Amino acid sequence: MRRIRRIHLLAAAVLVAALSVPTIAISRSDGSSMLTKIGKGEGSLNLIEWPYYSDKSFATAFVKQTGCVIHRKDAGTSNEMVALMRQGGGGGGGQYDLVSASGDASLRLVYGGDIQPVNVKLIPSWNSFLPAFKSPEHNTVKGVHYGVSVQWGPNTLIYNTAKVTPAPKGWNDIYSAKYKGKLTVPNNPIQIADAALYLQQTKPGLGIKDPYELTKDQLAAVVSLLKQQKPLLKRYWNYATDEITSFKNGDVWMGAGWPYQTLQLQAAKAPVKEIVPLPTTGWADTWMLAKQAPHPNCAYLWMKYVTTPAVEAKQALVFGETPVNPKACPYMNKLQKSSCAQYHLNEPASYYSKIKFWKTPVAQCGWKSGNDCMDYNAWQRAWTQVTG
Amino acid sequence: MSVDTRALDQAGPPGRRARLRVSTVFWRRPWLKALSLLTPPVAAFAIVYVGALAVLLISSFWGVDAFTGKLVRHWTLDNFRQIFSFSDPTYLRIAGRTIGIAAAVTITDALLAFPLGYFMARVASPRVRGALFVGVVLPLWSSYLVRIYAWQTILSGGGVLNWSLHGIGLPSAHLAYTNWAMWIVFSYIWLPFMVYPVYASLERIPESYVEASSDLGARGWRTLRSVTLPLALPGVIAGSIFTFSLTLGDYITPLLVGGTGSSFIGNVVYENIGINANVPFAAALASIPVMVMAVYLVVARRLGAFDAL
Amino acid sequence: MTTSRARIALGIWTALVFFFLWAPLVLIGIYAFNKSNVQSWPLPGWTTHWFRVAWSDPDVRSSLWLSFKVGLLATGTALVLGSMAAFAIHRFRFFGRESISFLLILPIALPGIITGMALNSFYVFAGLGFSIWTIVIGHATFCVVVVYNNVIARLRRTSPSLYEASMDLGADGWQTFRFVTWPVLSTALVAGGLLAFALSFDEVIVTTFTAGAQSTLPIFILDNLRQGQQLPVVNVVALAVILLTIVPVVIAQRLTRESGILRTE
Repeated sequence: MRRIRRIHLLAAAVLVAALSVPTIAISRSDGSSMLTKIGKGEGSLNLIEWPYYSDKSFATAFVKQTGCVIHRKDAGTSNEMVALMRQGGGGGGGQYDLVSASGDASLRLVYGGDIQPVNVKLIPSWNSFLPAFKSPEHNTVKGVHYGVSVQWGPNTLIYNTAKVTPAPKGWNDIYSAKYKGKLTVPNNPIQIADAALYLQQTKPGLGIKDPYELTKDQLAAVVSLLKQQKPLLKRYWNYATDEITSFKNGDVWMGAGWPYQTLQLQAAKAPVKEIVPLPTTGWADTWMLAKQAPHPNCAYLWMKYVTTPAVEAKQALVFGETPVNPKACPYMNKLQKSSCAQYHLNEPASYYSKIKFWKTPVAQCGWKSGNDCMDYNAWQRAWTQVTG
Repeated sequence: MSVDTRALDQAGPPGRRARLRVSTVFWRRPWLKALSLLTPPVAAFAIVYVGALAVLLISSFWGVDAFTGKLVRHWTLDNFRQIFSFSDPTYLRIAGRTIGIAAAVTITDALLAFPLGYFMARVASPRVRGALFVGVVLPLWSSYLVRIYAWQTILSGGGVLNWSLHGIGLPSAHLAYTNWAMWIVFSYIWLPFMVYPVYASLERIPESYVEASSDLGARGWRTLRSVTLPLALPGVIAGSIFTFSLTLGDYITPLLVGGTGSSFIGNVVYENIGINANVPFAAALASIPVMVMAVYLVVARRLGAFDAL
Repeated sequence: MTTSRARIALGIWTALVFFFLWAPLVLIGIYAFNKSNVQSWPLPGWTTHWFRVAWSDPDVRSSLWLSFKVGLLATGTALVLGSMAAFAIHRFRFFGRESISFLLILPIALPGIITGMALNSFYVFAGLGFSIWTIVIGHATFCVVVVYNNVIARLRRTSPSLYEASMDLGADGWQTFRFVTWPVLSTALVAGGLLAFALSFDEVIVTTFTAGAQSTLPIFILDNLRQGQQLPVVNVVALAVILLTIVPVVIAQRLTRESGILRTE
């Protein structure tokens, strides 16, 4: 009967379409070679960014100067950023120009072939950067720069001064039952590095050399520490507001966080203080150029603009983070008294060298030969095992 | 049914005659009408949605390259082995928790909505019924995210709930960031979705049935059990499709009000898509809610829920 | 027949459930006046500052407008496709009839993250750039079933002899539609359309996967919930949306009132 055949044809068509996906190759143009000179702006700029990374308070002037109209896509997690960059065949899909990737995602983008190298000679402010951010491991591979550092922040220990006495001196209390049920840590697999750093100090026998490059046994030891920590926690916080609300409502007395949360809580008259127990981990963001970026000139103009001292200061205070350009210090103090010190921009070089910045875990170990270090896949599985 | 062509010629102006001819064609060949009505939506659905779904589920049998994170089209059952492993029951535990809370939320919402629907359909006057209806539907228009966030303020240690409890001399309820909190919030958010079908199905029960039942000697509870409930059941099941599936697939509520043991399947799926770029694993995980809902929908159809949506 | 005791009990239950439903909304309204951008209890202070901020923020306006546009387009698509499908399923018996209603329920029955992921990979595969249209398609998939359900429920309650009678009286297809079908269906379409619009307006999970560099209102709210520098703005916007939708919802409820009177047999 004709009716049955029609429906069967339809089903067959769907199945054929579905199975033909593997055989259709998505063609991609070869990534352009690095620019040697910034040309005229293309009139448009598409960003994948953390919220406020192109805030109007400093972006409007850029748009007026260069004519590059900014279209922003705000992401809430590094996961989202990578997922967005991989759309449309990767490399930003020909839709996005820049992504403000954090260290936990940056190397994944590099090795995934979604990013093109950046010519730092075209960014004059790069020369004034803190040495730790000129060629950090999370955006520079074998001497090739895959982006320009823009801002960073340390992972700090925030505590309620009324409830936590005496004031903590290190990370010990986060792993002990002293404040059971009143602790919080971020819900991010990269948190494994924090625990690894702690074990590096307290259990040197494990032989941990780099908290982001762990062997299978080292990862297992870290996981068992994290599993011990889980019942001590009230929750794992996902967004900065989560941590802020938890502290303010008294659900949490101590936790790992960022200077942003501390300053917001202090502005809301909550009795909190933070310490930065070195060594600690930190996050750092890089503006990375998509391989299929449709507006490379505007992208370079933006990177050049956003790393100048005045703009760095503005962005730092809008978002709640620290500039990579120390020349921003006086500008910060002018906008908000003593903010330069509060955000730890005026520290000596030795301070920054003690901060282990986020780096996407990859299988190649840097400190020993071989490819048996645990990669991000293993970290994600381990983290799900702990938190699930 | 043949058409008298003479009548057609006398039907009127050419435009109307043409329309009549088209109508006749459709009337004579009903399957043509069915096809032309059905082709656009079905085609749209089949190609876009079902095709995309099929591709996603097929990719759960593939893997990713460890270094680049790119898709490797090599057929393997590794993803499923990892999920359904008993040596590391992490994913089974998460799936069990998700399904368990979804079931609890569904039962809670059914219990909350049924008396409310009964009141609206059979007791309230038309004016009150209208106001109640608006009152149930309006919360759907306020942002889902903001409502969840409001619950954080209510349930937290120093929040509204504990403040009220202290006010009447009761101890604090330690509900913040627990699975209890998730159960409460989910039941709250999806309640309007349950009320609407329950109300609609209760409203459709003719008054004469209830009268006949009491004429035959049944008291209130007996009527409820033997007459009202069975007739309203399709509506309850229809509402349960919403509450169950929406809870099963949610990942935002666990993020905002969940605690340390509150991950849902959706959370793990979401975590595996981004940096991990492990779409095959995420798709394999996503197959769990697909399979659960497929079973649920088959059962629901048997119970007549599709007629009551 | 419900006893008066049962009526009182039911009335109390209804009041309690309503308190449960509306208390958080009242709280949202209260926190729209929050002085601090940290949402804690009790309220640290009152201010109308955030109303001014929300009013002058272009992001609020653009995301509201985008959500509105997407909602209209998705609802329109759903109305057309949903009624067509309902007509076909109701009137004709053919092979695969049951599976089509099953198919239509899938987008709303399956978790949003799966719909989102599936559509995302489809768009990538088809080379579609992400735009307002990809969002609309994503929303339309689950809006269709809502309209479909309402229309088919109404069709099931109308006698098919109405159409035959119309044809007998000499009406062509278009006239039948205009004078018989449309009045019967209009309220079902209004109810279905309203629910579809509400679903689309507040949808965040599928939208995350199908939007390009656009922010719908829920995405704007999620962004603000993350960092929290302007948290009360989110409450202001939510409050404004509730107040603005009271009128359309009441009107829609009035329009669909007649559809409910079937008990009087």
